[in-house]
Amino acid sequence: MKEVIGTTGLVMNEPLLWEKGVAGRIGFSMPRRDVPEAPLDASLTGEGPDFPDLSEVDVVRHYTRLSQWNYGVDTGMYPLGSCTMKYNPKTHERQAALPGFVNAHPMLPASMAQGILALMHELETCLAEITGLPAVTLQPAAGAHGELTGMMVVRAYHNDRGKPRHKILIPDTAHGTNPASSALCGFTPVPVSSSARGVLAQETIAAVMDEDTAGIMITNPNTLGLFEENIRAIAKIVHDKGGLVYVDGANMNAMMGIVSMGAIGVDVMHLNLHKTFSTPHGGGGPGAGPVCVTEALAPFLPVPRVVREGDAYALSYDFPKSIGKVHAFYGNVGVLIKAYCYILSLGKDLKRVSQLAVLNANYVKERLKDTFHLPYDRPCMHECVFTDKNQEAHKVTTLDMAKRLIDYGFHPPTIYFPLVVHGAIMIEPTETESKETLDSFIAACRAIATEAAQSPDTLREAPTKPKVRRLDETLAARHPHLAG
Amino acid sequence: MKELNELILPDDVRFTEDHEWARREGETVRVGISDYAQDQLGDIVFVELPEAGSTFGKGDEFGTVESVKTVSELYMPVGGEVVTVNEELVDHPEYVNTDPYGKGWMIEVKPDDLSEMDALLDRDAYLRQLEG
Repeated sequence: MKEVIGTTGLVMNEPLLWEKGVAGRIGFSMPRRDVPEAPLDASLTGEGPDFPDLSEVDVVRHYTRLSQWNYGVDTGMYPLGSCTMKYNPKTHERQAALPGFVNAHPMLPASMAQGILALMHELETCLAEITGLPAVTLQPAAGAHGELTGMMVVRAYHNDRGKPRHKILIPDTAHGTNPASSALCGFTPVPVSSSARGVLAQETIAAVMDEDTAGIMITNPNTLGLFEENIRAIAKIVHDKGGLVYVDGANMNAMMGIVSMGAIGVDVMHLNLHKTFSTPHGGGGPGAGPVCVTEALAPFLPVPRVVREGDAYALSYDFPKSIGKVHAFYGNVGVLIKAYCYILSLGKDLKRVSQLAVLNANYVKERLKDTFHLPYDRPCMHECVFTDKNQEAHKVTTLDMAKRLIDYGFHPPTIYFPLVVHGAIMIEPTETESKETLDSFIAACRAIATEAAQSPDTLREAPTKPKVRRLDETLAARHPHLAG
Repeated sequence: MKELNELILPDDVRFTEDHEWARREGETVRVGISDYAQDQLGDIVFVELPEAGSTFGKGDEFGTVESVKTVSELYMPVGGEVVTVNEELVDHPEYVNTDPYGKGWMIEVKPDDLSEMDALLDRDAYLRQLEG
């Protein structure tokens, strides 16, 4: 296709649901009552919530129309750095919708839930192999929840040794949730600067690591898309002082089958199944943030744990040092099924996934580095980070260029993150984009850079094609208007 | 974004390397963020300030400022007791953008040691830092 993929079409205006319908309209028939009528406790009755009165077709058209205003991975390329917005194969949905899975009640006795328990056990085994960390919990609901769970395990480990610790080292290239997760867990985050090469230097860690420091939380590859190449030396420094190494595995898409986290000194890490393992995320569904740990930390993992007893599987609470439950029942099981499908579908080609993700990011980086300023000009992993420095003279910002990409039919990349890069534009193409799509994205970026020089107002007014133009984020934040 | 020569950098305040300003007003010191800082942050949507009566050391974090782009910490240019905070910023965070050295002030501090002011950057030294 030669045309720019972004265009306009007929989309419908649509009000809030509360502005639709009429009093008394209803889209649901109550089933016939099959138990005797009984009085309700007064504390359970009263005015219901303010729900709109709508028919089924009102609701279906509402969401269908809103979906036409929307953009997702099924629409086009979504290069949101550090979010790994890869395509989600439809077979996952099909398998997760099998009646045996969807009808399984979480309170079924283990004897009647062998299939799903076997799947969970197998998935744990796969994730253990991929990370090189032998014990796994599938409970956490997403990445930050995995971080919190991992840090709770770290705290439990130090407390169990009778030596509680109070600080945690956080590099400036870590994910923004890392300091929050560790602070929520009672640790004081100690910021650590990355070197001029964009990675951590071992001397920096040696200078701050002490015996009141529980460990370090490293995002690897980091948010500059660079592999923390000194990780083994850093792990040794941390271990020598009795600390633990936590790796935020949100960027694992660069490393499957290539790096064994266990072998390079990592003690605990979380994975984002909704990133690396291709389950839907964003508006597409809940996530899952399994945590993988060494044998030494296994006793502290959340309960219940899936255990194998002969040929059967059971849920066991018999782990007295466990930090307890971190999620209702057993985690977001539907997500686990989809991730397991992904792993089985690809098998040993998971390594190719990472190789192609890295290749795609480097291709974008090399093709755009004469257009956008590239602060760290060296091979990257799954994502690359540019800035708006070349466009500053035209008073065009990262935000303007990101908004203009929408007109060209692409979702904007992550912007203004990581904070260590001024005006950052963080692009993660993922392995699921073809060379044709990448070339089309690169052409759009080049066209936007030309517009920045020749007609900067076009960018400041962007986007012009979508149903909803540039939002007044300032007004929305200063005076939020919450309806419904 | 402003060019360096477009920045407002008054002579009657001192600056920190972290872009706070401090102005001596009798026995107290008024604190806010520089024109450069507000310009870099973009539209400010929320300013989190300490309670009057809190005490902090020089360089301690006393609050945060949130813009549409990011959240940044605020650091004490001098140590001392916070005697007043600018309550107007609750409803009008935009004052930090429109009038950073006037209506956008943040806290007033009774310094433990007024000579800490001397260690702060004057206008020219701050500008040199920005020119980097």
